[in-house]
Amino acid sequence: MRTRLMELAVGAFIVMGIIALILMALRVSGLSTADAGDKYTIKAYFENLGGLTERGKVSMSGVTIGRVSKIYLDTEDYVAVVEMEINKSMSTLTTDTSAAILTAGLLGEKYIGLTVGADIDYLEDGGVIEDTQSALVLEELIGQFLFNSAED
Amino acid sequence: MVALIDKILEPIHKLGLFALERFQALGRAGLFLISSLSWGGPGSAGFKDLVIQIYSIGVRSLSIIIVAGFFVGMVLGLQGYTILSDFGSQSALGTMVSLTLLRELGPVVTALLFAGRAGSALTAEIGLMKATEQISAMEMMGVDPLKRIITPRLWAGFIAMPILALLFSLVGIWGGAYVGINMLGVDEGSYWGNMQASVEFYDDVIKGLIKSLVFGLVVTWIAVYQGFNSMPTSEGISKATTQTVVLASLSVLGLDFILTAIMLGSV
Repeated sequence: MRTRLMELAVGAFIVMGIIALILMALRVSGLSTADAGDKYTIKAYFENLGGLTERGKVSMSGVTIGRVSKIYLDTEDYVAVVEMEINKSMSTLTTDTSAAILTAGLLGEKYIGLTVGADIDYLEDGGVIEDTQSALVLEELIGQFLFNSAED
Repeated sequence: MVALIDKILEPIHKLGLFALERFQALGRAGLFLISSLSWGGPGSAGFKDLVIQIYSIGVRSLSIIIVAGFFVGMVLGLQGYTILSDFGSQSALGTMVSLTLLRELGPVVTALLFAGRAGSALTAEIGLMKATEQISAMEMMGVDPLKRIITPRLWAGFIAMPILALLFSLVGIWGGAYVGINMLGVDEGSYWGNMQASVEFYDDVIKGLIKSLVFGLVVTWIAVYQGFNSMPTSEGISKATTQTVVLASLSVLGLDFILTAIMLGSV
């Protein structure tokens, strides 16, 4: 009887460990269990990403609607290409939607902010956002400012 | 003249002997580990012993681990909030608490508590077995004391430690959440959201687990070795128990630096 209780306790202990690992995966590190089925991909070209990374947020009016899935350089035009996975529930992005790289707070991470347009057609899987605005790079801003003040 | 040279050489001779003894002890401990690690797997005769040992090493350490984890998490929440609010970034509290616990405090503090709670008990138990000549009796009966006593304890430590460390971190993160969200008014969404955005499952959770596996093995190894090689007297047992806690704590802290350096270096 005593060994039975002991075995039960050890079993419960190991199950607790497994549950803890699952909680770590889902609740703490936010591994999403959602499969690719309820997402679609759109692309956008940017002059400069300024520190945007993969897994970065894509948001609209501050609500996260997707994530940056892939970043690479277009070797023909030499612009950065950002692929974003957008939730299927946000399937009504118009073709003239604009994308801007924004910063969360003063020192926060970079994310993509989408602003919807007024067109009647919607972006489909693999669609491209034409109207993009690159990240603000502080050095360029300062350079511009110095250039302008030298002209005056 | 010869006597003088002998006198000069004596400290060198002693130093050499000291070094040789250390190397010999290390070699003996290594051989001891290798010969006790081999195990028949589940279903073999030692399996029942393994369950009993996981119970006494792991399950009975649960309460101290959970209470300690909760308090460490609450303190991290309190301290982190004070520091982060200087920079107006209280929303990063979840990130700070979870990364600190998963990467460092979880494995290390659990290993230190484990050395104090389970390691010392292991040493004293095996030392007492030796003092009461149970080990010699086993050898007389043709039972290998390494297989019978040491192997299940080593494996039990190896299995129990990562589970304890995981639970420590988990409870700590909830402790931090309790203080941060309920007492200090950090936004619940930003606590969990920023945590999920910055904690990587492989880089943080799994690497922390690897650390605790290593610590579990080292702490139990030191504990059983010290017990097995203690002087079979009451003084010898008390000395061996102290040695276990001191050596295990130091090795955990030293190894932690090395492991962290390897893990951060290979990002």
